[in-house]
Amino acid sequence: MSHATIHPVWVRAFHWINAAAVILMCMSGWQVYEASPIFAVIRFPAAITLGGWLGGALLWHFAIMWVLVANFVAYLALGVFTGRLRRTIFPLTLRAIATDLVAALRGKLSHSDLSAYNAVQKLAYLVVIVDIALVIVSGVTIWKPVQFPVLRTLMGGFDNARIVHFVAMSVLAGFFAIHVVMVALVPRSLLTMIRGR
Amino acid sequence: MKSDKDVRTLDAASIVKDAQKELGSSSRRLFGKRILTLGGLALLSGCDLTNDKSVNNLLRTMSSFNDDAQARLFDRSKLAPTYPDSMITRPFPFNAFYDIDQVPEVDARTYRLELAGLVKGRRVWTLGELSALPQRSQVTRHICIEGWSAIGKWGGVRFSDFLLLAGADTTAKYVALHCADNYWTSIDMPTALHPQTLLTLTYDGNVLPAKYGFPMKLRIPTKLGYKNPKHIVAITVTNEFPGGYWENQGYNWFGGS
Repeated sequence: MSHATIHPVWVRAFHWINAAAVILMCMSGWQVYEASPIFAVIRFPAAITLGGWLGGALLWHFAIMWVLVANFVAYLALGVFTGRLRRTIFPLTLRAIATDLVAALRGKLSHSDLSAYNAVQKLAYLVVIVDIALVIVSGVTIWKPVQFPVLRTLMGGFDNARIVHFVAMSVLAGFFAIHVVMVALVPRSLLTMIRGR
Repeated sequence: MKSDKDVRTLDAASIVKDAQKELGSSSRRLFGKRILTLGGLALLSGCDLTNDKSVNNLLRTMSSFNDDAQARLFDRSKLAPTYPDSMITRPFPFNAFYDIDQVPEVDARTYRLELAGLVKGRRVWTLGELSALPQRSQVTRHICIEGWSAIGKWGGVRFSDFLLLAGADTTAKYVALHCADNYWTSIDMPTALHPQTLLTLTYDGNVLPAKYGFPMKLRIPTKLGYKNPKHIVAITVTNEFPGGYWENQGYNWFGGS
């Protein structure tokens, strides 16, 4: 058994802080959403929300947002600086994604080496990183549409920024669901994310 | 499917191997146990997290930190977008902490706007005196803390003009606004002096109707709806933090957009 570190400590710290922040942001965000639902058919039961009411949820949302953003920025900086982001996610080709996706669906993907991501995994991590950036940018636009006119234009106006924020949240929640299922299928990956190897 | 099985076997075998190794170390075992207990505790108390006093204090502290952050971000020269009349939301939604049948009725003849606190000039104003001041109007987006927004057209006196005319100390920190429906809120001085902050007397060219805040609404396009009070009867210029109806219950005080 190799004792080489697969996930350095800063990656693990980012991962778990991000996981906690995303869960709290989603739960409080759903409570905020309930004050004025964008889509009549999409509602969030109180049992999975945080804050109790709009004001309480916003206290959470506006507190945890700093954790999410600071953690994410630190991760990106370290990821770029150490070259780990580039090394672990790229190269990523459409052909490799297609091949690995077919293999994954037929249950033929190997997970014997947890330090190397398959192409589907790489794509998923790339998508979630870009998506967190989008969730942050759209969130900042909703928070400060007057102070950040460029973001407001980029998001297609205030009302549209809410929709972008909601869609980005949905992608994040979808990633979370698939991610947890995958971890359940390859439990060793949970251990590596906790102790690094 | 053969390779899949291989992977699973390998996975299971290595987990058992790792687990056995882990069990050998008692300090690690204790650490693991503690982490599990902490997680369990967090899960158990999850529903009550918001009722916890220390958690609440921490959240309120963060909200004050956010007030400061927003004050720093606020740029008095940044203007809220304005829109053509054709984009006005019709009908503009009524919104208050009570139903529309409970809207206060203010008598225009007996109405007086009272100024208090750090004000050197005139402290009592009639509606006639206010409407004699230079008027302007603008079409801006009202953004509610709930998430919805609507575009409306408000007209009235530029608030900074009014404050200067009334001899208000514009170096003071806060302006508190008290309303006929017992609502109150307060804003920071930089926002009070923002060129788009209007002491409005009209809506869409007509006298401000009761449902939109007769006789007077402070329209601040750089702040959320709950910072735009209606039926204002008194204004206080002060250095003491005045809070607000919703703010004291948990809405962020700065509430800027």
